[in-house]
Amino acid sequence: MINLLKTRLRQGYRTQAFPPPSNPLPERFRGLPVLHPARCPEGCRACADACPTGAISTDEGLRLDLGRCLFCPACAEACPEGAVEVTRAYGLASASREGLILSGEHLRPKVEALQGEMKRLFGRSLKLRQVSAGGCSGCEADLNVLGTVGFDLGRFGIQFVASPRHADGIVVTGPVTRAMAGALRSTYEAVPAPKLVILSGACALSGGTFTGSPAVAGVPDDVPVDLYIPGCPPHPLTVLDGLLRLLGRLKG
Amino acid sequence: MSGAFTTLTSGAGAALGGVPVSPMGEFCQAVLREGAAGGRLIGLFPVDGAGGLVLLALVAQDAAGTVALFGGALGAERAYPSLTSDWPQAQAFERDLWEHHGITPEGHPWLKPLCFPGLPPGQSIPAGYRYFAAAGEEVHEVAVGPVHAGIIEPGHFRFQCHGEEVLHLEIQLGFQHRGAERILREAGEARRLTTAESIAGDSVVAHTTAFAQVEEALAGAAVPARAHALRAVALELERLANHAGDLGALAGDVGYLPSASFFGRLRGDILNLTQGLCGNRFGRGLVAPGGVRFDAGPAWIDGTLAALPVLKRDMEDAAKLLFGSASVQGRFEGTGVLYRDTAELLGVVGPAARASGCRRDVRQDHPSGFFRFAQVPLQMLSSGDVYARAMVRWLEVQQSLRFLEEHLPSLPSGPVRAEMGSMQPGRIAAAMVEGWRGETVHAAATGPAGDVSVYKVADPSLHNWMGLAMAMRGGAISDFPLCNKSFNLSYAGHDR
Repeated sequence: MINLLKTRLRQGYRTQAFPPPSNPLPERFRGLPVLHPARCPEGCRACADACPTGAISTDEGLRLDLGRCLFCPACAEACPEGAVEVTRAYGLASASREGLILSGEHLRPKVEALQGEMKRLFGRSLKLRQVSAGGCSGCEADLNVLGTVGFDLGRFGIQFVASPRHADGIVVTGPVTRAMAGALRSTYEAVPAPKLVILSGACALSGGTFTGSPAVAGVPDDVPVDLYIPGCPPHPLTVLDGLLRLLGRLKG
Repeated sequence: MSGAFTTLTSGAGAALGGVPVSPMGEFCQAVLREGAAGGRLIGLFPVDGAGGLVLLALVAQDAAGTVALFGGALGAERAYPSLTSDWPQAQAFERDLWEHHGITPEGHPWLKPLCFPGLPPGQSIPAGYRYFAAAGEEVHEVAVGPVHAGIIEPGHFRFQCHGEEVLHLEIQLGFQHRGAERILREAGEARRLTTAESIAGDSVVAHTTAFAQVEEALAGAAVPARAHALRAVALELERLANHAGDLGALAGDVGYLPSASFFGRLRGDILNLTQGLCGNRFGRGLVAPGGVRFDAGPAWIDGTLAALPVLKRDMEDAAKLLFGSASVQGRFEGTGVLYRDTAELLGVVGPAARASGCRRDVRQDHPSGFFRFAQVPLQMLSSGDVYARAMVRWLEVQQSLRFLEEHLPSLPSGPVRAEMGSMQPGRIAAAMVEGWRGETVHAAATGPAGDVSVYKVADPSLHNWMGLAMAMRGGAISDFPLCNKSFNLSYAGHDR
């Protein structure tokens, strides 16, 4: 017991302030890409050709779909002019799918906070059921991290629960394989209304690197989505930022 | 000569035309003979040969550090006598051959789907398959999954129980099958790489290193020494992070919260070191064919060297508490025993094998890349229980820390990436990498135009899931979460 207490003291207090006072991510972290279409030479499509998922297009000016983006280094590496500038900004979530498409005028995604009854119900206590539907488990790993002492999701009144019956919504990861389509539907239906649907990670948003695979069914079109969280996988700070903005607990 | 074979080494290629092709009967006998002599099956897939379809068997010869390549002339009937009855470790490979390639291993003792490719829309697993059922007084069945109580990947577990005692556990996976091998065969270069990164999200470095080694072998590229060293550094960081996470999760599963929260936090600190190197906590973006995309600057190396002693001290504290607690040891010892004979029969790999007294570690037996020059001592126990699987991880954590301390100050100098040429036609290559979970195998062959004609991935989980099922027999169903965590297998890696 005495050893336990001594160790506990030595390990110290480890919960990080959120939002952090300054961006804690390292220089090489790949967060929000900033587009500089003015730097594009005429007819150049080096970034689009390098992109593994077709997230970048140059046909109607430089456009980047964060829902397809894997945040890999390929586009920035391919562009000799620095037209795609990778920044460390981790706030990437959007309340709409179109909001994830960056172009000349639209530079960063936005989350509109829940309003009225939804805000009253979920704003201070949100229970989520996670459904892992065919990804690689990277998204799951960084969702689990939110439960560790470093992020301590519970302090925000948000918790992942075991049963959809206890949940206010679902968080879907993975491209939704054919084999998981039925289970995802059952889980969604088992959550009492009103409910939230959150998609986390490039696979859930667009199929990611598995786009077009015959084994993948995708998120069904008739399921309304409240929050899209890009990333491969999304950094825990990205998820937390998105969730708190949806609940109207984080502004600016 | 009948049953002849050619050999290659991990991370090197060979000409497909040089693989001797025998009639199927002789092929089977030769492969089984190699297995009886201590060989382990690491690949079984068909390629197009000059005279028709050829079944290739890749058998690792650990003592020699080589991989034997056997070819069998399949013929038009696409069937052959199954190897599994004589050599149980072939079971998953033959099921894959059956469902992915339409080749029937006749007489397979339990020919059932591995991951249900081609599941019709609207249908769910098990899609008509009837689970094994026990019958008798007070025998009952417990079905769990595919959606589990936690942030966990999907899979289905069917327990046949008598009271608390598990008579048999059938594990049915396939819910994560997303057709990765097809993309690895057909897609362009950039997407092949991101798909290799997404086979098992906690083993990115192991899978991308194996992927890159296969591509490099097929293209005949020479990778700079510094790139090999940085891949090894990232691989050991991956091992450290996952082993620390597993020790924490094991503590959590027996309700010992101090070590659970300490290790949980420490895992994050290690992932952040990887993030400092390549911008991603899981090592995405680092390894690419030809080398690595990010060099380690002096600031990162110094910062990491400064962080290691603190990590070591904090992990020692957390481990001392865990292994020094009688109530923890009471749950760990004797739980979920995987006997050595069973582990050998099933071809179990990685820490799970070493905890059962099987001497195997790719870094020693089939060293490639930096491990040709740097040794990591093999850690082994013999009791095969949850305790042994936890302790092997803790011993390996200490070895990985030592490895980083030793090699980070003296990494080879020079460039970190070489130009990749185009792939040569008619070649075959295989790479084995000791990921934190165990032996990770990628194998590919090229067609006459230098295109990838076949691409196969064997995650360590492909072997080890059956090991978990066997470790549960005779145990209590309430010990399943603990046993499951002690193996911590990948659903995604198995299903691909």
